[in-house]
Amino acid sequence: MFSRLKKKLLNTTDKLLPALAILILLAVWEIVSDTGIVPKYMLPSPVEVAQAFVTDFPLLLENSRTTLIETFVGLFAGIGVGFLFAVIMDMFKPIRKALYPLIVITQTIPPVALAPLLVLWFGYEMTPKVILIVLIVFFPVAVSLLDGYESADKDTISLMRSMGATKVQIFRYVKFPGALEQFFASLKIAVSYAVVGAVISEWLGGFQGLGVYMTRVKKSYAFDKMFAVIFLISALSLLLMFGVNLLKKKCMPWDKRN
Amino acid sequence: MSKLEIKNVSFSYDGKTDIIKDINLSVEKGELISILGKSGCGKTTLFNVISGLKRPKTGSVIIDGEDVTGKPGHISYMLQKDLLLPYRTIEDNVALPLILSGTKKKAARQAVQDGIRRFGLDGTQKKYPGELSGGMRQRAALLRTYNFSGEIALLDEPFSALDTLTKGEMHSWFLDVMSEIKLSALFITHDIDEAIFLSDKICLLTGKPSSITDIIEIKRPESHKKDFSLTPEFLEYKKTITEKLFVENTADMC
Repeated sequence: MFSRLKKKLLNTTDKLLPALAILILLAVWEIVSDTGIVPKYMLPSPVEVAQAFVTDFPLLLENSRTTLIETFVGLFAGIGVGFLFAVIMDMFKPIRKALYPLIVITQTIPPVALAPLLVLWFGYEMTPKVILIVLIVFFPVAVSLLDGYESADKDTISLMRSMGATKVQIFRYVKFPGALEQFFASLKIAVSYAVVGAVISEWLGGFQGLGVYMTRVKKSYAFDKMFAVIFLISALSLLLMFGVNLLKKKCMPWDKRN
Repeated sequence: MSKLEIKNVSFSYDGKTDIIKDINLSVEKGELISILGKSGCGKTTLFNVISGLKRPKTGSVIIDGEDVTGKPGHISYMLQKDLLLPYRTIEDNVALPLILSGTKKKAARQAVQDGIRRFGLDGTQKKYPGELSGGMRQRAALLRTYNFSGEIALLDEPFSALDTLTKGEMHSWFLDVMSEIKLSALFITHDIDEAIFLSDKICLLTGKPSSITDIIEIKRPESHKKDFSLTPEFLEYKKTITEKLFVENTADMC
């Protein structure tokens, strides 16, 4: 009874402390901006940012829609490709040996450096954005799944074999569910990267999207709107990560830690 | 006809040094035979051969008159670790053998309910292995083994990871269940007490390469089924086995 109370208390302080830190940060920001320590036109106060967010809300919403569609299409395609690669590489060891170093090397190329090329190749529509996101998402998904498959318990696999399980059954009942933990960990990172990837490729050319909005408000030195869109992007990333957590809970009911 | 017959089985990993040599053994219906030997004697290797996971150098494994040498999927196998899949509920875990052989999930779940009750696992159907105690998990693992084949099972030190008190409890439970379900079993252990308490026969696996050097038949006095381990007969068996293991082990260290 007492320990439960204590735990609850700890839980609230766990949530209270970061909230307090954010509040203090916002307050300092407000003061710095209002007193003119940093000029208003360079650093609008949080209140002004909020106001800009409200006035531009319909526009932001419309642009978010484009960015989110790109993100989701890229995300799903990237997960699909990553999953496929991981399965093939797990099933056929020579392919794994041949491809693994290549995949690692491709990861040393910053995706941002590829974005202009993709625009040149595929134009200003959605295609280059989706491709960039696929490239970003593919790697963490493929590697985490592959490591997950690898880490499957050898004795469990022997036991499954002794029960006459086929390769596909072993994959379905042992390897795949065993890799979910790592998969979701990497997916959490992948979703926020995907949002950022969409925005960056929109910077380089496009007709709509938060990245396009950003370049537009930047050109007009609308700092308040700039901050508004930055916060919106981070809020979207957070929301997606939250979604991944929900999905994880749904997909892994045996995991009692969360 | 014997349930399981093992004829002249030898096995080596590199083709030269035998790990086990000329193993001959047969298990009759409802019989429980223990294989007793020190760690590293090749007990588990022998089981891998019998289960078909490894192909022997020579010899054959015959189940119900059918030669199944090197073919997995004919005999159920249970290991020291329960190896329940952590991401499946208990009922889905014990139903796994049925699902693997093509039964639909719903029908498989239905089919295992009776066994769940019989094995004293009622109420754990929807729980995950992580929520159960070691003893209960081991029961579930045994039920899964039984659901694969109710005929004959290989049990590789199934109780050795349990604490002494739980182990004692599990032994009496195991004997009750065995006599009820009439399972034939080969049982690996390095625990002499456990072997005497549970088995109908004990095979001593000694030497290098290991072979069966002695078969001791255990006669449990009817009047002392539960407290067999406290009877003078029990101690007599223990003395015989210890002497044999000791003498043979000094002759050629296993």
